[in-house]
Amino acid sequence: MINLAIFLALLTLGIVFGKLNEKRHYRSIHAREKAASAIPTTTFKTLPKEMISKHCELASGSVVISIDYFKRFLSGFRLTFGGEMNSYSSLIDRARREAVLRMQESHPGASFFLNVRIETSSIGNGSDKGVGSIEVLAYGTAIYSA
Amino acid sequence: MLFSLLQPALIMKISNIEDIPGHNIVEFYGIVQGSTIRAKHFGKDMLAGFKNIVGGELKGYTELLHESREEASKRMIQQATDLGANAVVNVRFSTSSVAQGAAEILAYGTAVKVVPHD
Repeated sequence: MINLAIFLALLTLGIVFGKLNEKRHYRSIHAREKAASAIPTTTFKTLPKEMISKHCELASGSVVISIDYFKRFLSGFRLTFGGEMNSYSSLIDRARREAVLRMQESHPGASFFLNVRIETSSIGNGSDKGVGSIEVLAYGTAIYSA
Repeated sequence: MLFSLLQPALIMKISNIEDIPGHNIVEFYGIVQGSTIRAKHFGKDMLAGFKNIVGGELKGYTELLHESREEASKRMIQQATDLGANAVVNVRFSTSSVAQGAAEILAYGTAVKVVPHD
């Protein structure tokens, strides 16, 4: 009985705070992406001909993000019935975009980002099975042209 | 002391493309690498357990991995400095978890000597 009560409490906490967190995070991502969109961030390996580089630096940004209890519970069902796991898609999408934003924000004066790579790894912490939390690293070469 | 520690990182040019824009590569020194294995702090782990319920960013882990990545790059740069290189090109990072609660961070690249065009 107590176990069930704890479980339900965790589920409610997960629903309420998980939703709030995600909404707030997406809002901040949208705002910052708009601000950062002026600087081209590419997977090219060479600079366009008309650009001259004065200086270059390795830029990186990373984030570790965790899924909430409710979504983890839902994904349990998905594992049984199959189909797209929406709860994980949004988690990974948020993490990737956040990592790229952090990379851009770590070099505010840069005028170009070359060869940006995104790497994802899962950190199975605490949870006995499945993806508990993921780490995303974005890195690239920041070019200063002035 | 601090200045001498920072010095190699300041003069070393690092990129993850095949060259340093505006420079010619004149000499290769081969692969240089740096790695570190870090375990997480108990207190941070407790906090992460709570975050697993409500979701969201695990700041402690982000910091931990950031610090280890800096450490790995520093070791890589040190190795390149010892070889007499002034740039490291085509740098890659990789992460793997070696044990429960510990992560290995590896940074590797090619040490080269570059000179500016013209």
